Amino acid sequence: MRPYRAMLSARFRLLLQYRAAAIAGFGTQLFWGLIRVMIFTAFYRSTTAPVPMSLEETVTYVWLGQALLLLMPWNWDGEIAQAIRTGNVAYELVRPADLYWLWFARGVAMRTAPALLRAVPMFVMAVAFLGMGLPPTWGAAAAFAVSIAATVLLSAAITTLLVISLFWTISGDGIVRLVAGAVMLFSGLIVPLPLFPDWAQPVLNALPFRGIGDVPFRLYMGHIPAAEAPRLVAQQLAWTAAIVLVGRFALDRARRRLVVQGG
Amino acid sequence: MPLIVVEDLVKTFRVAERRPGAWGALAGVVRRRHRTVTALDGVSFSIEEGELVGYIGPNGAGKSTTVKILSGILVPDSGRVEVMGRTPWQHRVATVRRLGVVFGQRTQLWWDLPVVESFELLRDIYRVPAADYRRNRDELVDRLDLAALLDTPVRQLSLGQRMRCDLAAALLHGPTILYLDEPTIGLDAANKLAVRDFLRAINRERGVTIILTTHDMDDIEALSNRLLVIDRGRLFLDGTVGDLRARVTSERRLIVDLERQDDAVVDPDAELVRRDGGRVWLRFDPACVPAAELIARVTARHAVRDLYVENPPIEEIVARLYGETGA
Repeated sequence: MRPYRAMLSARFRLLLQYRAAAIAGFGTQLFWGLIRVMIFTAFYRSTTAPVPMSLEETVTYVWLGQALLLLMPWNWDGEIAQAIRTGNVAYELVRPADLYWLWFARGVAMRTAPALLRAVPMFVMAVAFLGMGLPPTWGAAAAFAVSIAATVLLSAAITTLLVISLFWTISGDGIVRLVAGAVMLFSGLIVPLPLFPDWAQPVLNALPFRGIGDVPFRLYMGHIPAAEAPRLVAQQLAWTAAIVLVGRFALDRARRRLVVQGG
Repeated sequence: MPLIVVEDLVKTFRVAERRPGAWGALAGVVRRRHRTVTALDGVSFSIEEGELVGYIGPNGAGKSTTVKILSGILVPDSGRVEVMGRTPWQHRVATVRRLGVVFGQRTQLWWDLPVVESFELLRDIYRVPAADYRRNRDELVDRLDLAALLDTPVRQLSLGQRMRCDLAAALLHGPTILYLDEPTIGLDAANKLAVRDFLRAINRERGVTIILTTHDMDDIEALSNRLLVIDRGRLFLDGTVGDLRARVTSERRLIVDLERQDDAVVDPDAELVRRDGGRVWLRFDPACVPAAELIARVTARHAVRDLYVENPPIEEIVARLYGETGA
């Protein structure tokens, strides 16, 4: 465990230093959050149909999404991408550690440190002034905490898989945009998943992306009862395990057909 | 038993070919044409513990490919390799644990971290016990004069400073074998000397086996008593620097900057290789005519602004070696 823990902690400490980016990100996410809250408020005012989620719940859902935006696997580790492009990855391969878990550890740091920097002030601000609710029970809070931890693992696994895909595409912006789009839509970040039509629900439930947004968010506000948490967290972890396996397989294949360019 | 054994190593790469023009690009989308490039074509050698071996050859000769196979990064098409009794690509982790690698054009330090934090991260990745780490680090910091650099982020280091830090990074875990891929590339004279002195010292005192690829003839003359020369994937010479010179050529170059652009330089013992304005390249054999005598004759006959003597570049020596063996 020692190499991976060391990598995680070094990256985490490093990423905590980017304060200017955190402040800028906080401002942007605040702005977008306000717009989205206004849009949903307008929708709720104009509808007469029964709603699957109350306006207060939707507002809380939106602010959770804004606060934890950087937890989502919407980009990759630029340093690894560059290492693959330039061939510096050769150095990663001469280290006596499992490359996948080293990169996964980096992924965990990359998903948590910047998210933490933005989430704490956003959470305080949204609860104090912007209509975000708190978990109704201790059970809901605990369910959220466990589920969000699983989200970090799931998100790091997807991030790692994204960067491994670069072995095939060299400049793989296309894949990242595609995945980022899917993540935003299917995790509930654009429209909360309960507001999707009924026919879409089985699809949304089957996809892994629900586990990086919708599941912890709804556990937080008790929209899904805490009793459901074990099953949902198990689902998150099962997806994590599946994506880790795919990532390891892909990395193994990549290593075998590797051409380290230049030098 | 030798530390490194390489037998009949073959490695080919498949390279996608791009056809010229817009139609070619379109056709490439539908169907790729591939070309096979043979990087290593049956290379064999063995290296004993404590040797310092220069591995040389022109660009694309297969040097880096060999180093990458020896460190388990690449898998060869065929052949047998044993490094410290193991096949590197089958036991990558166990092999690289006792290996240090420096690729001159890259760095293994983390760009944004201070040097000392990169060292600590490597300590943890290699699982170096705390006491060993402290001893190795202090020794390396002292020998490579790194004390002032430890708290600097890597991106702020000059190339020479970075190379010294990279050398330390490759040795923190006390490896048995050190691979160096062009470690002096781009360095100024003072740093080159420092790197060479350091390599000689760790080879002699710590008994680290070193394999060094380089294009710098001075590196080779200063460092290695044994040379492996490779060209187009084949091993052409396994011997000393003297062997190489004796086998290929004893030739030297005399480069003369003339005062007058149109001056014709003719000498019975020297051959004109190239001319560029007032600069003239002459080829001569010091066995036929001593350098001093040739210089005296040339300066007596022509108005000379500057001149110097040099060895033919390593690429040329190797290219000629290749021609000589007639493959």
